[in-house]
Amino acid sequence: MSLVRVLVGTRKGAFILESDGNRRDWRVSGPHFGGWEIYHVKGSPADPNRIYASQSSSWFGQIVQRSDDGGRSWQPVGNRFVYDGVPRTHKWYDGTPHPWEFARVWHFEPSLTDPDTVYAGVEDAALFRSTDGGQSWEELSGLRRHPSADGWQPGAGGMCLHTIIVDPSNPKRIFTAISAAGAFRSDDAGATWQPINRGLRSEAIPEPEAEVGHCVHRMAMHERSPNVLFMQKHWDVMRTDDGGDSWREISGNLPTDFGFTIDVHAHEPQTIYVVPIKSDSEHFPVDGQLRVYRSRAGGNEWEALTNGLPQRNCYVNVLRDAMAVDKLDDCGIYFGTTGGQVYASADSGDSWTPIVRDLPAVLSVEVQTLT
Amino acid sequence: MIRVVLPAHLRALARVNGEVRLDLEGDVTQRAVLDALESRYPMLRGTMRDHVTQQRRAYVRFFACERDLSHQGPDALLPSAVVSGTEPFLVVGAMSGG
Repeated sequence: MSLVRVLVGTRKGAFILESDGNRRDWRVSGPHFGGWEIYHVKGSPADPNRIYASQSSSWFGQIVQRSDDGGRSWQPVGNRFVYDGVPRTHKWYDGTPHPWEFARVWHFEPSLTDPDTVYAGVEDAALFRSTDGGQSWEELSGLRRHPSADGWQPGAGGMCLHTIIVDPSNPKRIFTAISAAGAFRSDDAGATWQPINRGLRSEAIPEPEAEVGHCVHRMAMHERSPNVLFMQKHWDVMRTDDGGDSWREISGNLPTDFGFTIDVHAHEPQTIYVVPIKSDSEHFPVDGQLRVYRSRAGGNEWEALTNGLPQRNCYVNVLRDAMAVDKLDDCGIYFGTTGGQVYASADSGDSWTPIVRDLPAVLSVEVQTLT
Repeated sequence: MIRVVLPAHLRALARVNGEVRLDLEGDVTQRAVLDALESRYPMLRGTMRDHVTQQRRAYVRFFACERDLSHQGPDALLPSAVVSGTEPFLVVGAMSGG
């Protein structure tokens, strides 16, 4: 019998939900690390008992927690994130140069093949890697040494590297995304990087089609189509079919193309999900209706999924790392809200039910499918 | 014997209950106390002061003998009551945030 484990990071702790493959009855454990902000919790594809959690607070900084038993027990591991060499400057909100300062880990991306190797995307934007299970961290500083880096600027949430995708067909190819610098690709395992933002257009920056400066919120890939990436930009839902060399808009008939999260169905590379959010000044759904939109055509043609979701007086947000899918035959879709609900669909989005509610604001949702 | 009181979050992280008691040799300074704390509880590294600069984190305070010692230099001698163990050295999470 399959087991599904949902890893939830919130403003005040981590929660772990488990169910069998029917996905009807859920056991909730937590809060783990109660009172701390848990930006992200993610398991290793190579060893699902190995889980990494980013624990932080404004008071006591960054902690990295590691579990080797599927989240039953945890050990703090290395939390020394030191930028390589002399920290350069990036552009501050007021346009002045500002030295890179480490704030927190936004996202962990464990290696597809080695449980001890994990990437960390941090604020201020940089990519770190550990090859010893999180005990020590080394910056892949080629990204931050890109000539454009001194012009990168934070978004409202800080200058965070929030998306890391390792190409399953080519481990030397890594994609990252930074708010508000844009998307980047490395073809040499992280040594050097190039911006991949051609086709993006952002009216809120002085040069709307600039090489960098775009506020990318999230990117997603299906493992069988590694050249196809989907992107939720600040405004606009985008798609590339050539590994990021060029992008085209696929917002189509969405009620608004602002949003944070995007994900791909586990078995259908052209089926994608977004949660439209009204605007960047009103971080809640349109008309108080929480709707996931699904496209089975890889974009442009979208259908609203509402069955089981609140359709009145709902003013929560769904953040960039707060959607995930399981790999069961009938693909499960999961997302968490800033109102503390985690909704799940066991039928590819046709119907939804809250599997836990009234948690602290949800920052991230990841899913492990265990057999 | 130096008595150190950690805030609840750091006690949970270090898995200690109540006060931490440290035996220090030499001058009893903020730096010596924090060095000894971090040596015994490596998971506390980076939580009270920066890994590299060793500067106190902005929202961490050090109190003792009803005084705020946060802005004293790290090598200033701590009060004799802390050195003798009569009074604890308090690591405090600043009252801020919501």
